[in-house]
Amino acid sequence: MSHSHNKNEILSHELPATPLDPKTQAERDAKIQVAMIGLCGCWGCTLSFLDMDERLLGLLDKVAITRSSFTDVKRIPHRCTIGFVEGGVANSENIETLEEFRENCDIMISVGACAVWGGTPAMRNVVPLEECLIEAYVDSPTAVEGAKKVIPFHEDLPIITTKVKPLHEVVKIDYFIPGCPPDGDAIIKVLDDFVNGRGFDLPSEMNRYD
Amino acid sequence: MSVRVTIDGQEIQARSGDNIIDVAAQNGVYIPSLCYVKGKPCLGTCRTCSVKVDGSVMAACTIPVREGMEIEVNDDAEIVDMRKALVELLFSEGNHNCPSCEKSGRCELQATGYEVDMMVSRFPYRFTPRVVDHASKTVFLQRDRCIFCQRCVDMVRDERTGKKIFSIKGRGTHSSIEIDAELANEMTPQQVRHASDLCPVGCIIDKTQGYDDPIGQRKFEIKSIKDRALEKEHR
Repeated sequence: MSHSHNKNEILSHELPATPLDPKTQAERDAKIQVAMIGLCGCWGCTLSFLDMDERLLGLLDKVAITRSSFTDVKRIPHRCTIGFVEGGVANSENIETLEEFRENCDIMISVGACAVWGGTPAMRNVVPLEECLIEAYVDSPTAVEGAKKVIPFHEDLPIITTKVKPLHEVVKIDYFIPGCPPDGDAIIKVLDDFVNGRGFDLPSEMNRYD
Repeated sequence: MSVRVTIDGQEIQARSGDNIIDVAAQNGVYIPSLCYVKGKPCLGTCRTCSVKVDGSVMAACTIPVREGMEIEVNDDAEIVDMRKALVELLFSEGNHNCPSCEKSGRCELQATGYEVDMMVSRFPYRFTPRVVDHASKTVFLQRDRCIFCQRCVDMVRDERTGKKIFSIKGRGTHSSIEIDAELANEMTPQQVRHASDLCPVGCIIDKTQGYDDPIGQRKFEIKSIKDRALEKEHR
């Protein structure tokens, strides 16, 4: 299911880049590597990641952020200690990205309702996939009149999964931060605990499902 | 008559005949429950209040205390995890989409999930299709969220005839909560509000009520379900 490389296609992490000076690179490599990816979600949890605000600065002497909404790289350049994932699994590209990420993360954490149980995209799970596609593309009330009714299908498009799955039904997930989205407070609490060797502990007053 | 029991090794005096949930709460020990309503006959349907009584697992709301009883609530890791598993089962059995629910922040199931430290259900989420019932003019039934506690079945009745307004049809996985739309249409606004407040989840929704309280000022955000349960009792 990997991206076909015999096509005229270059991913951003494959582009030539000027290497960092060796000292900066060595300092960065010595830090705890943290990454966050998004699958089938709304990127709201990533906004909560940004809501860590200036509190993140206090961690930056210990933490290097690789793939995330701050950096916009498509693959993590090397192994990560902590990987956050938002969004559920809804298509073949999600599965590929998630499996690749799992192979390269020591600790993996589901962030938000979509990652934890499917969330809003999983509302389609009570309807057969065929009916969903017909409603969206064939009998859509907003379809352009007279236009040819086509359900998109092309080798470049990821294949939709029959049901939206929570991440832990596809790969092993170590910890869960529920919420839609969880607060930046919850994410910084978890990150700070791991960075300082304390382990996962999300107290009930910080836990939320909405 | 007074009896002596122990809760998590602590010896306490209790009034004979009081059930374990009430006795524990009087002594500052919170036992989660989703069907029990203080002062009403116990239903014993949700089992979320499971504790160990002299080594056996029992639903605390169904058991009156008696002399010498040894009750384990939080001392025994197995029973703590069992209560958590019971809550997780409810979350995986129905479709509990908190972000899209009017009851969020006022929901006892959600608040109990926080109390038992549920982050995710260990059981596969089932996504069973369930049909919403809009027939009545006063309430609608969002069946995705029903946990079959039977509070509404037993405690909401037509004021004129005393007939039940809500009922459960079918058995096992085919069970569904039903409403007598004609009787429901006769409900006063106060009774509608009572029924929707009584529902521990967002299944019975008052058609006149929406997302009334802003996030951060909702019922269980102001005071947790545990604090509320203990406040009523703790002397």
